[in-house]
Amino acid sequence: MTENIIEAKGLTKVFNGYLVAVDHVNFEVKEGEIYGFLGPNGAGKTTTINMLITILKPTEGTATVCGHDIIREANMVRRKIGVVPQEYTADEDLTGYENIILCADLYGIPREISKKRALELLDLVQLTDFKDKKVETYSGGMRRRLELACGLINRPRVLFLDEPTLGLDVQTRAKIWEYIKLLKKEYGMTLFMTTHYLEEADALCDRVAIIDHGKILVVGSPEELKSSLGGDIITLSVNENKNISGLIEKIENVREVKHVKNGYRIKVKDGELTAPLIIEALRSEGIKVTRLSLSKPSLNEVYLEYTGKSMRDQEETVEDFRVRRMALRRARRR
Amino acid sequence: MKGEELSGNPLHGLWALTNRELKKWYKEPFILLISIIQPIIWMALFGKAMNISAVFTRNLPQGLPPELSEQIMKQTFGTSDYFSFMAVGMLSFVTLFTTMFSGMSIVWDRRLGFLNKVLSTPVARSTIIFSKILSATVRSLIQASIVLVFAFLLGMKAGPSFTPISILGIYAILFMLCMGLSSLFLMIGIRSTRWETQMAVVNLLNLPLMFTSNALFPVSMMPDWLQPIANVNPITYTTDAVRQLLLYETNFNQLMLDFAYTAVFTIVIASISIILAWRYLSK
Repeated sequence: MTENIIEAKGLTKVFNGYLVAVDHVNFEVKEGEIYGFLGPNGAGKTTTINMLITILKPTEGTATVCGHDIIREANMVRRKIGVVPQEYTADEDLTGYENIILCADLYGIPREISKKRALELLDLVQLTDFKDKKVETYSGGMRRRLELACGLINRPRVLFLDEPTLGLDVQTRAKIWEYIKLLKKEYGMTLFMTTHYLEEADALCDRVAIIDHGKILVVGSPEELKSSLGGDIITLSVNENKNISGLIEKIENVREVKHVKNGYRIKVKDGELTAPLIIEALRSEGIKVTRLSLSKPSLNEVYLEYTGKSMRDQEETVEDFRVRRMALRRARRR
Repeated sequence: MKGEELSGNPLHGLWALTNRELKKWYKEPFILLISIIQPIIWMALFGKAMNISAVFTRNLPQGLPPELSEQIMKQTFGTSDYFSFMAVGMLSFVTLFTTMFSGMSIVWDRRLGFLNKVLSTPVARSTIIFSKILSATVRSLIQASIVLVFAFLLGMKAGPSFTPISILGIYAILFMLCMGLSSLFLMIGIRSTRWETQMAVVNLLNLPLMFTSNALFPVSMMPDWLQPIANVNPITYTTDAVRQLLLYETNFNQLMLDFAYTAVFTIVIASISIILAWRYLSK
């Protein structure tokens, strides 16, 4: 049986007495896996990570990391974890090398060890050529890599990554993914990451927890989650205002029909074959299909299934979250 | 990769964090230069321009003996030379203005996320605060030394009791004042997320702290309502101690009182700020 390296029990954070950021969350992370928290901005991902890395006290509930309680044995937790925060936290006035040594000193690592290790890590994240340049001259990708190196200086058992590729271009993102995979493969490290990129969760995570409004909606490997959808998804719009769900359900291969905004979401077996059947069947009833799209199971579909709204749609309605997110940030800073 | 063997030293990270602050200062020649020039300008221009001795020598009514002006000066300021009096006050002034940045830097660290990163490491919470206090103290003492050297160059005259050992006493009391003041400013900054707020509060505090002390003007000559305020201001005691050691014929009872008062101030304020650090840094 694999040991659970992280176990959260009823983990809750309420800011200012009313803003529930994380709501009685339970989950386990196994040693050696990459575990992802997937959810939109403001879902409670960063708040959860901040509680696990002991910089925020839970309002209720607790968690253990590496067998230590995050409240009572915070200092033991701190020694065994590495953190790659969302922000660029390296000191801009210092060089990359100096920053890593500073991190090493914060863990009390003796200088003779930290010097050697700093050079190894700089090599790992391919910053050796820039190690004596001030961080203010670094690009976003270089800074992210430096944060990664800093997070590894104490050879952590668990590495926490908060939105590790936020705001990075495609190539740099691929590079960071490579390092993350390497850490798991070569060192058997456990990685806990948050992301709001579906592709990222799909490409990296062994297991994904979809989180929204501070609650975990579902947990599973990306494959499990996708196959749990039970087939392909057809989305269509028609020129008929009446609810025709009953009509569609009768068509061959159709498993489930949901009436959603502007149309229907239909779960089917063999989407390619079924789509023409649906169009045909509806036409024979005098209903015209105005729009149809077929999608293979993806995490976005999973997300849609569990939250009833598309993650991508949400990203477009930035205004809504921005209000919530700003409120959260303000509360968190205080 | 396995979990890490760590040094048992509870102070680990203290020097690393202190040095980080100091590096920003000594590795930037421009900032270093500005921060050194500023107190010198204050002393050279303000100190020399406020030529109070001349008020008495040049305006002395005819027929009065010229020694009289010196006597008045001596009675008022404890020394016949206002520049010397005021140059000592400048030491406190420099301390005040350097330590106020300790509060600013924690606000910045919070904003930039650096504070959160440090908080996720096994560094003691009090070490984080203590490193800020220590770096502000080191900076202040170095700047105060420069001011002291220039004060002598610009004509400050040491008094009859001055010996090389007095220098130790001067550093000891300035050290305490620096610790106390930087703790005070950190306490204000520790919950603040906007440096504008911090700046405003600190500016609001600094000048009153300065003017309600004896740094520029003796307490005995202040209006009655102001004297009690000046008499609780720690800067009054520190400045007096430095004058006792440097300019006056040392009055040991007064000197002991000065040291005791400054020490109590520092211990109280530093303790409060470390307790607050414990409370607020572990939200």
